[in-house]
Amino acid sequence: MNLIDILIQHSPPLIVAVPLFSAFLIPLVSRINEKVRNAFALVMMSITGFFIALLASDVFANGPRIYVFGAKDLAIPVVRILFEVDSLSVFMAIVTFILVFVSLVYSWSFMKKENDGLDKYYTLILLLVTSTLGMELTGDIFNFFVFLEISCISSCALIAFWVHKAEALEAAFKYIVISSIGALFVLFAIGIFYAQYNALNIATLSNVLQFTFLDKIALVLLVVVLGMKAGLVPMHMWLPDSYGQAPPSVTIVIIGATQASLYGAFRIISTIYGNFFNSTDLSVVNFVLNTNAIGWVIIILAILTILIGVVMALIQTDFRRLIGFVAVAEIGYIFLGMGVRLASKYVESVGNVPTAIVFPAYGSIALQGSIFHIINDCLDISLLFLVAGAIYYATRETSLDEMSGLARKMKYTTVFFLIGLLAVSGVPPMNGFSSKLLIYESTYQLNPIISIIAILASIMLLAVFVKVFYSAFLGPKISKFENVEEVPKSMLIGMGVIACIIIIFGLFPNMIIHYLVEPAANALINNAQYISTVLGGV
Amino acid sequence: MIFNIPFIAVVAMIFIGLFAVLFKRNLIKIVLGISIIESGVNLFLITLGYREGGVAPIYTSAPSDAITNTPGSMVLPVPQALTLTSIVIGVAVLALMLSLVMHIYKQYGTLNVRKIRRLKE
Amino acid sequence: MLETLLETLKTGSGFWNPVVWAVAIVIIFLLVYILRGFGKKEYKKETGQTQAFLSGNPEYEKESMHVKGSNVYWGFTETLKSVYAVLKRMHNGNASDYVLWFLIILAVVFIFVGLI
Repeated sequence: MNLIDILIQHSPPLIVAVPLFSAFLIPLVSRINEKVRNAFALVMMSITGFFIALLASDVFANGPRIYVFGAKDLAIPVVRILFEVDSLSVFMAIVTFILVFVSLVYSWSFMKKENDGLDKYYTLILLLVTSTLGMELTGDIFNFFVFLEISCISSCALIAFWVHKAEALEAAFKYIVISSIGALFVLFAIGIFYAQYNALNIATLSNVLQFTFLDKIALVLLVVVLGMKAGLVPMHMWLPDSYGQAPPSVTIVIIGATQASLYGAFRIISTIYGNFFNSTDLSVVNFVLNTNAIGWVIIILAILTILIGVVMALIQTDFRRLIGFVAVAEIGYIFLGMGVRLASKYVESVGNVPTAIVFPAYGSIALQGSIFHIINDCLDISLLFLVAGAIYYATRETSLDEMSGLARKMKYTTVFFLIGLLAVSGVPPMNGFSSKLLIYESTYQLNPIISIIAILASIMLLAVFVKVFYSAFLGPKISKFENVEEVPKSMLIGMGVIACIIIIFGLFPNMIIHYLVEPAANALINNAQYISTVLGGV
Repeated sequence: MIFNIPFIAVVAMIFIGLFAVLFKRNLIKIVLGISIIESGVNLFLITLGYREGGVAPIYTSAPSDAITNTPGSMVLPVPQALTLTSIVIGVAVLALMLSLVMHIYKQYGTLNVRKIRRLKE
Repeated sequence: MLETLLETLKTGSGFWNPVVWAVAIVIIFLLVYILRGFGKKEYKKETGQTQAFLSGNPEYEKESMHVKGSNVYWGFTETLKSVYAVLKRMHNGNASDYVLWFLIILAVVFIFVGLI
């Protein structure tokens, strides 16, 4: 085996181990110099990105790959901790890597004005990256809980980074109260799984699950808690608080952690309960009604999320809190696609005898739209937060009432904000339009009202950002902004990378769907392949 | 176990903890409520591993039928490992919450959760 | 490679090709620009023809006439006052209310899933 094959075989733990190792080395490296510490973090993140690219090329070509901790071969019954990487995990890892790399490039000059505490900042960001990548690559549900708790602790410490501000402390306290209660309920559900089936491995659980009453309790606990961590209404209130008070380069990494919780919810619905929700075998005829019930619950919560997110965003005056509410609304679109797929399953019967269970074609289009929207949403909202950070760096203002006429001095930032505005409201030719078109066209065929509410919310998003553009960038010059100048180059490079990716995804959407999104969507619904990678053709 | 008392205790502890988080106004009482919920979930994990008449699951003094008939006459060992991990995580979260409460008291001057509401609407 | 770059995105019931759209938009902008060039070019500067019309009101200096960020959509928020009153009461910023909403949704979803 040559070197590349050895690296690919060992890459799943290396992707989690390299950021963890460098997180503990940062305090030592920062004794030398500031620039060396920043460069060290960037180099370690690039090495992780190289491993993610290697693993992605292997998984997209050859199917899921497992890595067993502590033993050379896998013995059945599975007692070891596994990492199981399939196409959806690798897709989420690519999203996380882009967000973290841009955040590190941006914070090179954004955080330069802080006096001290930057070594703790880099340590905590690398720990948050470890936990997010771990949540996305793992194949064991207790391991998922441990990484969930690590991300909760490190993101709470990062939200309260500016300790002299009272609102940041309040946001961090509210975040950790609701997150730790949620995580304890997840542990309760894991206990229910272990008590019945004596297994903690996701593939084993998926194989032996019978849909008893206790399993229904576990399903509700897991889906509601992971939905709360992702930001479904009405459990979303921590999200605008935390996104609005954290430093902007931290917020985009926390967006990655939020998407990892959303990935966890999808994984639990589609893989652990996959034999009941995803299969078209005639033996699960009695559970089609359960599938439709879960689907409609998710659809109703998603529609509420979209509406309340956009309506509350219209009256905000604080810039970053407004973008936080828009982030809540975008999460609703992602859940809407999954809910439509689950709610559209039906039974064909001849007379009274069921002959087939069918997922209509628009169900898989909805799921592809959801998964494409994950990466689009992350990129768009991150660009908007970075622009808000650039304005804060230049003018020290956060409230929209105090800003005016910034487009005269900050030309590049205005262009990036325009690109982000068009992308997040779903205006062609940016990437937001492609994924929202898939969601609109498929949800229309389930029930037209859902699609009408989604389009209305997109129009209101455009209204929200036109208000921000008018009050922050257009308008007359005011005297206290005489000395405002364009932000430093590393922040512009960070924003430019995301803007380029947005334009490329917008101009060539079919290429991205064919190479990245369609394998991920197929891997999510193909839980037979997921199980047989571990249990070997059972 | 007699009348399933540990499981009833688990449910009671979770409800007492949730009552403290929802209806008490002092921030430190909210933190105490979270700690009680955590103890309840840990008790649930240990109780589900109990087997009638089992001994403690220590590897070097395992009873003779532990290999042929797992777990034999031992109590289940895996939930005890899960509980140890959860207790450590709970200590870290508790330390972080209490240090945040200290900083909040310095900035706001009060510990009443209904007055610490600058981030609203 | 060029073929995959220029493929159209097919949803089940429609299609979308951004490169064709971009070419069409450029042609339309060129057409609009040419048509705009046919307009009248002469006007008298510095007379009443170039001043802003504010329904007869006097024009103050620009800094004080800029509409602030929170007042831009006054008509919309004024009409939906009842909806916003309910929403503002829901988002009251109390930390225990966050947990209360979480428990309410847990109970509602459990009743919905458990009974169907």
